[in-house]
Amino acid sequence: MFKKFLNLEWKSFVRSAAFKQNLAVKILIGFFAIIILAEMLGAGAFAYHILRKLIEKDILHAANPFAAVNKFLIYWFAIDLLVRYFMQKMPVTNIKPLLYLPFTKGKIVKYALGKTVLSFFNVLPAFFFIPFSTVLLIEGYSPLCVISWHLAMLGITLSLNFLNVFLNNVDKVFYPVLAVFVIAGLAQYYGYFDITVYTQPVFAFFYNHAWSFIIPLMLAAYACWVAYHYFLKQLYLDAGLATAVKEAKTEDLSFLDRFGNIAVYLKNDIKLIKRNKRARSTFIMGFFFVAYGVFFMSDLYDGINGMKVFAGLFCTGGFLFTFGGLVPSWDSSYYKLMMSQNIPYKDFLLSKWWLMIIATALSFVLCSFYLFVGVDWWFAMFAAAIYNIGFNSSVVLLSGAYVKTPIDLTSNKKAFGDSKAFNVKTLLLTIPKLLLPVIIYYAFAWPFNETAGFVAIAVTGVLGLLLRNRIFGLIENIYKQEKYDTIAAYAQKD
Amino acid sequence: MITINNLKKAYDGNLVLDIEHLEIETGQAIGLVGNNGAGKTTLFSLLLDLIQATTGHITSNGVQVNESEDWKPFTSAFVDESFLIGYLTPEEYFYFIGELRGLNKADVDALVASYSDFFNGEAVGQNKYLRDLSKGNQKKIGIIATLIGNPKVVILDEPFANLDPSTQIRLKKIIKQLADDPEVTVLVSSHDLIHVTEVTKRIVLLEKGRVVKDMTKDSGTFAQLEEYFIGISEAHAPVEVAITATDGEVNDVLAEEQ
Repeated sequence: MFKKFLNLEWKSFVRSAAFKQNLAVKILIGFFAIIILAEMLGAGAFAYHILRKLIEKDILHAANPFAAVNKFLIYWFAIDLLVRYFMQKMPVTNIKPLLYLPFTKGKIVKYALGKTVLSFFNVLPAFFFIPFSTVLLIEGYSPLCVISWHLAMLGITLSLNFLNVFLNNVDKVFYPVLAVFVIAGLAQYYGYFDITVYTQPVFAFFYNHAWSFIIPLMLAAYACWVAYHYFLKQLYLDAGLATAVKEAKTEDLSFLDRFGNIAVYLKNDIKLIKRNKRARSTFIMGFFFVAYGVFFMSDLYDGINGMKVFAGLFCTGGFLFTFGGLVPSWDSSYYKLMMSQNIPYKDFLLSKWWLMIIATALSFVLCSFYLFVGVDWWFAMFAAAIYNIGFNSSVVLLSGAYVKTPIDLTSNKKAFGDSKAFNVKTLLLTIPKLLLPVIIYYAFAWPFNETAGFVAIAVTGVLGLLLRNRIFGLIENIYKQEKYDTIAAYAQKD
Repeated sequence: MITINNLKKAYDGNLVLDIEHLEIETGQAIGLVGNNGAGKTTLFSLLLDLIQATTGHITSNGVQVNESEDWKPFTSAFVDESFLIGYLTPEEYFYFIGELRGLNKADVDALVASYSDFFNGEAVGQNKYLRDLSKGNQKKIGIIATLIGNPKVVILDEPFANLDPSTQIRLKKIIKQLADDPEVTVLVSSHDLIHVTEVTKRIVLLEKGRVVKDMTKDSGTFAQLEEYFIGISEAHAPVEVAITATDGEVNDVLAEEQ
């Protein structure tokens, strides 16, 4: 019986649409997977020595490397949960066809949950924890205690695995959790509040008391038990396997009619963002980019103004890049309608363009808090915002013409895993989007001064705005050339 | 109205559509029949310029569809659910199509209201998004949307499939009305020979991408079609082998196998 399940699984993996890409993409994905695993392995093997060096040099304050690891473990698990939420597929997806076959429901659920245990996200931590624990043993830590600690980490990882199963079903949990993470991270960074003070002893406890690994393992077993019973109850077409039906709400968007011809599409795009999970999370994530500049404020980058420009592009253009880069895929599920209706391409594109302009302007307003950091930061943001509005908005649409990944609007999965969205052309087009402004900055900042650099970027943006109609003509032609390929690509299902 | 010349569509060298010439006059109602893989949907997709012809072309009202987009204002179609916008309510979808075709909300409301019996009290006015409606109700919405804005060419792929009996009867009336309008050219494909012969005036039978029959409807059309399809099915019937062995011989064979 289990062999049959495995056989199905293998076929669904090998025959999935993502697997049928060209060889280059496959090699690239494989390459990345190996790199990540190797990095984990390296981190596990060398973390101890690197941390010891850091402590000796007084960069890091901790009693010993092991204590330092325990200190940061809370963030490890936080990121673990975050990544899982976005990328780990839920087991319910392929259950429907199994329901009426002669399997007991218990068996189906056990198989589905078992499948999550074997996922990449549980294998990955092993690549860190196994070498790290080995190093601990070599360094003379008590074998019994190390094993207890190691098993405790395994228990927590598995608990997160089952916890994620619930998180995926309860959408409201996600954004508050994310907000808590971000705030805790920032508070830690600036030393206002240190959550690790409270969590470090917990992780140390698992080492100090060799029996205590039982607790997380029990927790994992309990989470598994709850998940099992939860899914057993959900195993009906009108329960867990049903897609949730929300009551439709119609809103009056007639104030957008002032946009003239494009109002029709603009109204649709706003509904698209409001009513679809995937589009909504992209929209919200776009605004998280506003905080991106914080990462560039470390002393490491002090005085490197190019980095400010770079940060400014991301801070003001988060939505532009995340949403705009996937135009026209947002309309993929009804692309045939759009292509056979009386829709001029230009209006269709123009509505997306306006949407990005409005969001970029809004992001810039939110970025005002950088004024408190320094006026030069704000200048960088301002210049970058103009560049984004004038130039990048068009370039993003241009690269979108080559993206042929259908988007499942109702699902959050693959939000970051759309490997097909990578291709050489879109990769090349990131150069004018991100590198060109930095180059322009230095071209004018070096011979003259900072201000000249920022002004030059802004002027380029304005030039882009003046040339918009010509760029749009070009994009329109590309869209027309790619039309049949795009329709065919969107018709493919996973 | 629609002229098809030397139209061929091939995938990897396999010819899936091969129509030398087909002329559809303005106001005609054409029924397209054929088994799976006959090329019906391929033909519709070519008509809507959703796929590229390998050779040849289609002109619709003097517009070559793959050269100019001027056919779009007078053409409407419902081929499959990719013509529906899942996150809109049926009303919003109608308004959207209406706005694209230059109709205001009141016009659209009036048109939809005139088909209230088609919806059977379902599908519209239920505070549901299109993606949450049943397949049948989705289809109803898609079909009515093709009638918005007085199109001159209406293309419906398998409109009867998935519909409940009351709606099928009502749909037949709607298509007949369109067929009677001398301004409107209708193309309907269907696997239901009874429905399609009832509502259209000309039947084109496709088989493996070729037009094998093209007939103006008369009282004998249905019988002719039925005969043709029975013929195809019999041509693929399992080969019957006469069994002439006696019981003794059978037992001998069984014993040997053991």
